[in-house]
Amino acid sequence: MAECLSLSDAVARLVRDGDVVAMEGFTHLIPFAAGHEVIRQRRRDLTLVRMTPDILYDQLIGMGAARKLIFSWGGNPGVGSLHRMRDAVERGWPAPLEIEEHSHAAMANAYEAGAAGLPCAIFRGYLGSDLPRVNGNIKTVACPFTGEELAAVPSIRPDVAIIHAQKADREGNVLIEGIVGVQKEAVLAARRSIVTVEEIVDDLELRSPNAVVLPSWAVSAIVHAPRGAHPSYAHGYYARDNNFYSGWDKIARDRNTFLEWMQVHVMDSRS
Amino acid sequence: MNYTTSEMMTVAAARALSNDDICFVGIGLPSAACNLARLTHAPGITLIYESGTIRTRPRVLPLSIGDGELCETALTTVSVPEMFRYWLQGGRITVGFLSGAQMDRFGNLNSTVIGDYRQPKVRLPGSGGATEIATSCGEIFIIMRQNARSFVANIDFLTSLGHGRTGKERAASGAKTKGPTLAISDLCILRSDPETKEFVVHSLHPGVTREQVRQNTGWEIRFAATLEETPPPSHAELETLRELNARTSAAHGVMLGD
Repeated sequence: MAECLSLSDAVARLVRDGDVVAMEGFTHLIPFAAGHEVIRQRRRDLTLVRMTPDILYDQLIGMGAARKLIFSWGGNPGVGSLHRMRDAVERGWPAPLEIEEHSHAAMANAYEAGAAGLPCAIFRGYLGSDLPRVNGNIKTVACPFTGEELAAVPSIRPDVAIIHAQKADREGNVLIEGIVGVQKEAVLAARRSIVTVEEIVDDLELRSPNAVVLPSWAVSAIVHAPRGAHPSYAHGYYARDNNFYSGWDKIARDRNTFLEWMQVHVMDSRS
Repeated sequence: MNYTTSEMMTVAAARALSNDDICFVGIGLPSAACNLARLTHAPGITLIYESGTIRTRPRVLPLSIGDGELCETALTTVSVPEMFRYWLQGGRITVGFLSGAQMDRFGNLNSTVIGDYRQPKVRLPGSGGATEIATSCGEIFIIMRQNARSFVANIDFLTSLGHGRTGKERAASGAKTKGPTLAISDLCILRSDPETKEFVVHSLHPGVTREQVRQNTGWEIRFAATLEETPPPSHAELETLRELNARTSAAHGVMLGD
């Protein structure tokens, strides 16, 4: 059964230095509040996994939390580059960052394989692409029945997955609605998981018998974190703060401007 | 009615889509073209975005591939693994619409890095869905602004397979789909030669010269024997596109590249 914890307790107990950490949410429901707590608690040497690293991972990388990044699309959507990520990759500031780069299809398959308890994912992908030349974790395997050569990548098995969702009930069952991304797979693939939610309710009031629900026993900790996905959005609660995304470019361009912003808005701000 | 070269490009790209297409939409230029098609001659087109939204009808263009607008106006929204496994890899998409920072004469695309991978001059976002969109959709349409830095003899990194570095590698790679057949730029419309697979100019946009196309292409570009002129945007096409862009700017509070 999931425990209901404060954000600081959940991160203190479940996220450790050196962990492989997946914070997921495909534009939607990005777990900013939890990621900020990871930064405040000064976790180090994390391997960060995320299909679409955007501002939250720029912040984690810029604050020195990461040793390695596994990703398939890195950028500030509709705005431009992630300056902190580039600074780490190209100039090793504040620490060198190793990257393992994939395609979306590969990472989606790898999360699903992780959720299914398999060691690797097999799919028809990377045909003719240069990505296998720069990523030793992209290999091929012959289908034992047809002989077709297929791509294989290691499954993603994070030490801890962190996601944000709309609601949990008092037992700790979680409802996710809208663009559901790979969050269910990330939680089921991980050894430990933290789900922050907009609301904790008596009744999830499921509108469909097929709603995406993570049962309580599949989750380690539930945290009540209203607006915990801001500046991304929570379907049914608040819209994406597009101005924040465009404004981030200027903040992240300069190391000192970035550090000052993080001090005021993250380090000195209580969870 | 006056129009910009970008508007001409988007309109020409929209015209390439049909009412029956099931189209996997890349963000940016492809998204504008695909939605213009839906709002003009192809109201029945099915637009699919990699965030899992199927048959979406956004009122404004998304800023990101996972905007709430895409989900709220979709027939259904599936998980990202389902999108890539069942719908894309499963072969249920007729057209993939892609863009990139560089393309070569065989329609190979780079959206990863300019320069060396380890010491890049420009680090681009990377593949996202493009690598497998390029090989799993029935065919690929490309939309890109054309200049000597984007239409290059050799792309710095092959993110998404077109017809391969010499135009012959596609079938050998295991891809069973057609690959890129059409490319639309702000200068012209190019088609892949059925034999050599090389992209050849078939239609010049109004006012564009062969010389202009040559100067803005990094390889020795060829022209079809009968070169056409692209019909200019109609009044209705332009109005629909401008309304879409105006709604989009108002909704996002930012000006998007048109």
